[in-house]
Amino acid sequence: MNKITSLADLKKMKDQVQNRLKMRENSDAVETLVQIKVGMATCGIASGAKDTMNFFVEETSHQAIDAVVTQTGCMGFCYAEPTVEVTLPGKEPVVFGHVDKAKAREIIDRYIIKGELVDGMIPMNFKTIHD
Amino acid sequence: MKTISDHILDIVQNSVKAGATLIEIIVREKWNDDLYTLEIRDDGCGMDSETAARALEPFFTSRTTRKVGLGLPLLRQNAMQTGGSVAIDSEPGRGTAVTARFGYSHIDRPAMGDIAGVFLLTIIGHPQCSFAYLHVTPEGEFSITSQDLRETLGEVPLTDPGIMQAIRELFGNNLEMIKASK
Repeated sequence: MNKITSLADLKKMKDQVQNRLKMRENSDAVETLVQIKVGMATCGIASGAKDTMNFFVEETSHQAIDAVVTQTGCMGFCYAEPTVEVTLPGKEPVVFGHVDKAKAREIIDRYIIKGELVDGMIPMNFKTIHD
Repeated sequence: MKTISDHILDIVQNSVKAGATLIEIIVREKWNDDLYTLEIRDDGCGMDSETAARALEPFFTSRTTRKVGLGLPLLRQNAMQTGGSVAIDSEPGRGTAVTARFGYSHIDRPAMGDIAGVFLLTIIGHPQCSFAYLHVTPEGEFSITSQDLRETLGEVPLTDPGIMQAIRELFGNNLEMIKASK
């Protein structure tokens, strides 16, 4: 394959991807998506939140899970970074602590796909992260 | 923070919190002046001079979830270890520019690290903001914006693994062409 050095090259790549991608007719309505927020403040980054977020992005895309992965600030659980808030459609948000790649895989395979509870939740009394 | 790109990932959060819509990340390598600068400019809410002066203190933060704020102090520490500094230029209502100066050849200057991954995650993580990246060396420059990427990709999501890999290559090949420090 040719080297990708310009946006034109990226566009060719995109056309290839578009052909094999079965266009999911998902509405982007937030209510139907799994929302994954990765804590990406200084404490999170220092603990490896970048790898965690990268894993969630790649893995949800790979498994064709209708998810939106975004970044958020510090949730105040610096001791448990990287922290991730997962909101399944129609459910309350759940915050997980110490989410490395192995934990992330467990969260995707068991909590997001099967809806089972997994260890490592941080008990919360708020509804969602506001700052 | 182990790499410059970790700092970028971190400092950009400040701009996002400040309600910025356009965030510019500019890296300049001036080999003859032995200077490596990282500049992050935003059009967010800005700070008054008193707040800007305190922003470099580790025990100052505007958040309420915890009492420390280490993003800028860690950047300053890394910059100072290479004989450099961090300057904040901010005006309420106009935005903020943070400029970190590093000694280019200093052994303690952090490596750039995975800038492509950081730029991607930043765009994906903050769909409400626009981002621009510019990297200048004496050999040339490379620039890219989140808008370029979104327009090029159209319906295809940025999160597609093939696309992410292609964007990594796009960064890698272009930065190599201008002999950017890794």
